[in-house]
Amino acid sequence: MQKENKHIYTVSEITQAIKGLLEEKIGEVWLEGEVSNFKAATSGHFYFSLKDPAALISGAMFAYANKGLKFKIEDGLKVICFGKLAVFGPRGQYQIIVEKIEPKGVGAQQLALEQLKKKLQAEGLFDAAHKRKLPRMPFCVGIVTSGSGAAVRDILQILKKGAGFVDVVIRSARVQGEGAFLEIAQGIEDLNAFGKVDLIIVSRGGGSSEDLWSFNEEVVARAIYNSKLPVISAVGHQINTTLADLVADLCVETPSAAAKFIVDRKNALLAELADYRHELSFLARDIIGDMQNNLTALAHMLKSPRDRLLEKEQQLDELFSNLNYNIKHALQLSFERSSSVISRLSVLNPLAILGRGYSLSTLIQGAAIIKDSRQLKKGDLVKTVLGKGAFISSVQEVIKDER
Amino acid sequence: MKDKQNFEDDLKKLQKIVEELSSGSLSLADALKKYEEGIKLSQACSQTLSEAQRKVELLMKKDGKFSLEKFDEPKEEK
Repeated sequence: MQKENKHIYTVSEITQAIKGLLEEKIGEVWLEGEVSNFKAATSGHFYFSLKDPAALISGAMFAYANKGLKFKIEDGLKVICFGKLAVFGPRGQYQIIVEKIEPKGVGAQQLALEQLKKKLQAEGLFDAAHKRKLPRMPFCVGIVTSGSGAAVRDILQILKKGAGFVDVVIRSARVQGEGAFLEIAQGIEDLNAFGKVDLIIVSRGGGSSEDLWSFNEEVVARAIYNSKLPVISAVGHQINTTLADLVADLCVETPSAAAKFIVDRKNALLAELADYRHELSFLARDIIGDMQNNLTALAHMLKSPRDRLLEKEQQLDELFSNLNYNIKHALQLSFERSSSVISRLSVLNPLAILGRGYSLSTLIQGAAIIKDSRQLKKGDLVKTVLGKGAFISSVQEVIKDER
Repeated sequence: MKDKQNFEDDLKKLQKIVEELSSGSLSLADALKKYEEGIKLSQACSQTLSEAQRKVELLMKKDGKFSLEKFDEPKEEK
């Protein structure tokens, strides 16, 4: 030990020396790193570490410095901070006291917006299930916008031309600048409380994303979410989606588009009404047509007596001519049949045989033709017909087997 | 406000009439009556949509009470 030559530091002394080196030699720095172990103390102070792949440094950001911070510091966030190095003697720790902090890459505001968006999304503010149904036809529209802005002028102009029956209630609000978001949110609440409008248009003309920032405020998003009346968000002049757009029941690109939406609804309704009229006329025509067909059919069934008489006459004529034919036919037939009989008869005529010497004898009594001698007995009177003339004789003797 | 309620009621009635007529279950007299009523309703609705008498007002709030003031429309931009 060479006590005499060497200065022996006390812990406080060496800490003081280190403090001097760090705080004076390095002092204020810009520092880039990734946040980890972030904690927000109840005092409002933030404590966290900043690290890169090889090293880590503790950091503190006191309440006075973090008060106006737009975004939330989270673990994993890459940041650039400005601060000064400080040594905390009691613990033998050095750290950076952060005065300013910014997310790396994106702007602080943009990051804040993304974070808020995530939060509201998680809460369900953008859920389709929560969206209110827009009225089929709004008859009174409430507008939250600047009473002197281009937005209100555009909307009024288009509504006047396209849907002149729609009443408008304007709740004037500043749409940019300090505290504008509170007026917008209040306007939405006021129109809800007033109640006599069918829907609310929250609107502002085009502008820079800073100009439109009020529509990204949580208060505005919540006012829209809590509105009982349906809300159309019509902010800006191109597609720059604000939180208001995401929460609203309908989001259109411009104020004019909001008014056109209403005009379109009106035109669609008018077309529908015209369709109904056509349909009604068609249906009525159908019904009448059906009735007419029925009538014609009935009329056919209901013939006049004259027609019936004529019909019967005709039937009769037909029957008569049938009858004539049948009779003629029958006569013809029987004529033919009888003439053949006659000719056969003339062949068989017994009288014709008589001419050839045969004769025909009959008993006078009973007029039976005698074919067998057994029909006779002695003394019977017999009439014999000859080819010419006849004679009557009496039987002298009956011979049985003469042939 | 306005005849909004009437409009919606009329529209509903009209739709019902069209349904009834297409069902084909009405007597001729009823069908014609419905037809006439439907045409009247649709014309009334169309008339409402074609009116051009709007009001543009400014909603004011004082001590928590609302009032409406006439709104002076900005001049149209040419």
